[in-house]
Amino acid sequence: MAQLQYKAVIGLEIHVHLCTETKMFCSCALEYGLEANSRVCPVCLGMPGVLPVMNKHAFEYAMLTALALNCEISRFTKWDRKSYYYPDLPKNYQISQYDLPMSRNGFIEIALEGGLTKKIRIIRVHLEEDAGKNLHSAKGFSQVDLNRAGAPLLEIVTEPDMNSPEEVRALAVELQRIVRHLGVSEADMQKGHMRFEPNINLVIDKDGKDCKTPIVEVKNLNSFRALERSVAYEIARQLDEFAETGLVMEIGNKTTRGWDDANEITVLQREKEEAHDYRYFPDPDLVPVEVSDQWLEQIRSRLCELPIKKQMRYVSDYGLSDYDAGVLTAERAMADFFEEVVKDGGEPKRVCNLLTQTGLKLANEKGCSVAELGIKPKDMAELAKMVEDGQVSATASTTIFEKIVETAKSPIQIAEEFNLVQKSDAGELGKIVEQVLKDNPQAVDDVKSGGKKSKKARGFLLGQVMQKTGGRANPKVVSEILAKKLT
Amino acid sequence: MSDELLNLSCKELRDAIAAGRVKSVAATETVFEQIEKYEPSVGAYISTFKEQALTQARQVDDKITKGRPIGALAGVPVAIKDNMCITFGATTCASKILENFHAPYNAAVVERLLAADAVIVGKTNLDEFAMGSSTENSGLKKTVNPWDLSRVPGGSSGGSAAAVAARMCFAALGSDTGGSIRQPASFCGTVGLKPTYGRVSRFGLVAYGSSLDQIGPVTRTVADTALILNVIAGHDQKDSTSISEQIAPVCDYLEKLDEPPKGLKIGIVPQLNEGAEQDVRKAIGEALEVYRNLGVEIAEITMPHFDYSIAAYYLIATAEASSNLARYDGVHYGYRTPRPNDYIEVYSKSRAEGFGGEVKRRIMLGTYVLSSGYYDAYYLKALKVRNLIRGDFTKAFESCNCVMMPVSPTTAFKIGEKIDDPLQMYLSDVYTIAANLAGVPAISIPCGFDSKNLPVGLQILTPAFTEEKLLRIARMYEKQNQWHLKKPALIK
Repeated sequence: MAQLQYKAVIGLEIHVHLCTETKMFCSCALEYGLEANSRVCPVCLGMPGVLPVMNKHAFEYAMLTALALNCEISRFTKWDRKSYYYPDLPKNYQISQYDLPMSRNGFIEIALEGGLTKKIRIIRVHLEEDAGKNLHSAKGFSQVDLNRAGAPLLEIVTEPDMNSPEEVRALAVELQRIVRHLGVSEADMQKGHMRFEPNINLVIDKDGKDCKTPIVEVKNLNSFRALERSVAYEIARQLDEFAETGLVMEIGNKTTRGWDDANEITVLQREKEEAHDYRYFPDPDLVPVEVSDQWLEQIRSRLCELPIKKQMRYVSDYGLSDYDAGVLTAERAMADFFEEVVKDGGEPKRVCNLLTQTGLKLANEKGCSVAELGIKPKDMAELAKMVEDGQVSATASTTIFEKIVETAKSPIQIAEEFNLVQKSDAGELGKIVEQVLKDNPQAVDDVKSGGKKSKKARGFLLGQVMQKTGGRANPKVVSEILAKKLT
Repeated sequence: MSDELLNLSCKELRDAIAAGRVKSVAATETVFEQIEKYEPSVGAYISTFKEQALTQARQVDDKITKGRPIGALAGVPVAIKDNMCITFGATTCASKILENFHAPYNAAVVERLLAADAVIVGKTNLDEFAMGSSTENSGLKKTVNPWDLSRVPGGSSGGSAAAVAARMCFAALGSDTGGSIRQPASFCGTVGLKPTYGRVSRFGLVAYGSSLDQIGPVTRTVADTALILNVIAGHDQKDSTSISEQIAPVCDYLEKLDEPPKGLKIGIVPQLNEGAEQDVRKAIGEALEVYRNLGVEIAEITMPHFDYSIAAYYLIATAEASSNLARYDGVHYGYRTPRPNDYIEVYSKSRAEGFGGEVKRRIMLGTYVLSSGYYDAYYLKALKVRNLIRGDFTKAFESCNCVMMPVSPTTAFKIGEKIDDPLQMYLSDVYTIAANLAGVPAISIPCGFDSKNLPVGLQILTPAFTEEKLLRIARMYEKQNQWHLKKPALIK
């Protein structure tokens, strides 16, 4: 059978935990990884007679994110109850937003191969409370942990504008970078701060006719890898299924599948889209939120340059590679620090190398961000300048970087203290070169004779000079002198 | 001595206690003697807290002896309806599903009562989850009307009204979703106020219809209602629907209580009153005559959408209730079925076994009303009707300062008379529901007796957040007669 021509059509629903101090509708602290049911109160336990009170900070974080995603902010938005029975949902309804979400109609720009970008449209962004977590024990009973119940959760729904697993991943990564830049979420996958639910189907060209496969929703993916692989798997699976059955999309044949991480396959969960009736209605315990011009402007003023724009600017203005610019803009603290160093006179490429190589390595070891290493931007700029000017070697700069972090001394102090300053004085180095040439006539002949041995001999002579200076000669200057003397 | 003491109003008792003429302990003991005497026949209380109440009373007496500052209800024994949460006993809502539920928090009103040094003697019976008009829907207890033990006390705050009428407390708190304070107040010959929606915090009040529920006092006099309102009214940051005091300031409702409002004009809706029993109509007519004799103008008005209030109410209240009561599932607290086969059975059996018939009926109604495909036809339409009824009041209050009508078309009916006919039961709320839908304040005050010597209530309604004026209008009438001083034969 001939290879089928197809296009994958993928939309994404993303849940992002906001990193407010307290929960969405009560004053319980939002902390993760603690003893089960230790961060709960009558409100998030859904006890009789208690009432929710909106966390204004959470709403502002949601507004900020929606603005960054180019959404329109609703000036009037309300809370609705979404009813379903599940043990991790104490009230048996979730406070969410139904027909009047707090924002809609935006887009997110993702980077594609070769410096291209693509806009993925966003249908809506709304705020809701998270449910708790059911823990299933092997002994046949289940327990409920409600520490997470009531956490502010942002739901972002895209149009099905993505066409490959790579694009889906790029969107997820971009969103993570955005919320981290905005400081509204830690977006830590391992802590479940971001969860993805892709909707996937294919448009297959069969004898010149477009056939759409039934839509599959994959539930609750919590890593980029699982997201990308599950989409890739689904595309292949749907292609096979279509070849086998010829099944096409119909009303009611959307299915829900789960991701089996160990076997890297999707598994059928719900055959037919169950006629879920969530019985949405406005929550009478909460008042609608009205967003004034003043409030909106106040939040808008907190917007920062989006990471993808920043990345593009680093490439065009500083001549950095797209990869390096991406590394620098992955975290806002890193990008901010980089820019401060550049502002203090650091040569961008040098600074970038220092930060992305030594900086990240040190930060990793210490379990902090580069900006938190305790090094002053001014010192960093100076170090970059010392490398640029040939005062210290690239190798020495690593040592100096480490010592600055350890001792908080200035780069010059350290370079001098540890004898790391390079000799660049042409006069002084010239004398040493003279001596080396005198001591190694064979090598000099080899260089002069040209041919195969020439390059090797030149390297040998340079090495001899370095040895005589204890490795502190500026290799660039030495090479120049050698070149002059050996012609 | 004890009779004399029991005849005191809250205000008089508080002043006597403050002046050291009466000990709170004595007042509290007297109330418990009264409870021991009449509770077996009336059945107003689900729980009482004698030890705790006496301790509280002693603390108040102690404060007074030491000359320390005391609250507005210092030493006054009061009761609260058993759908308001307390930390010192169960909060049952008269339901098996919450029979053993102990809240780890006090309702905002309970906090306010305690801060005012009130002595809380017990929690009163109600229709399960406040759903009913006779207290017969209580899943735990039967309460009767102290004026006629074969009759209902009204509902759902029947226990509060019966306890006040039988002098088993000096005042009580009730909650009113569609008339649940005013109707039992009228059946038991007491004063009952439903404040404006948002005037009193609902935090800790177990929700029935959240957009309609409001807590208010049940007392023997208008002044006592003003006194209690002084204590419980005000913004609460735990209740987003409680109004900011910048927008609607709370005032001292007692201060000008005896001053009749100037330029008073009463609106009446003649065709509405025709729906009431003859004895009720007569009593209301005589009450209006009292006002007329005081020089008050009475004007006939129309409220064209009033008739639709019951229909709208039973859609909105049940929709909200179906969602509010979803949390009673046997998973986290409350009654759980003994041997469920799976978690679905934890839900279905716990709820089937824990809820009473009327509660189930309303949950099913509300679930249906909110179901996809029916939402627009029922819930949304009911909201539109609600707006029209609000509009009726806005228009009425353009031409007059208050509206008067009966509280209930009948006086207290016989136990069992309507319990098998829910529609008939629902109709007994015909006069009270509109105030909840519109959110306006409304009071029931005693205005005479029918031929069977059962109390009749006059209902007065005023614009939102004008309780001060409402109470002064009620007081004008109260001053002219002795109805509120009459006692049921039972306790004479």
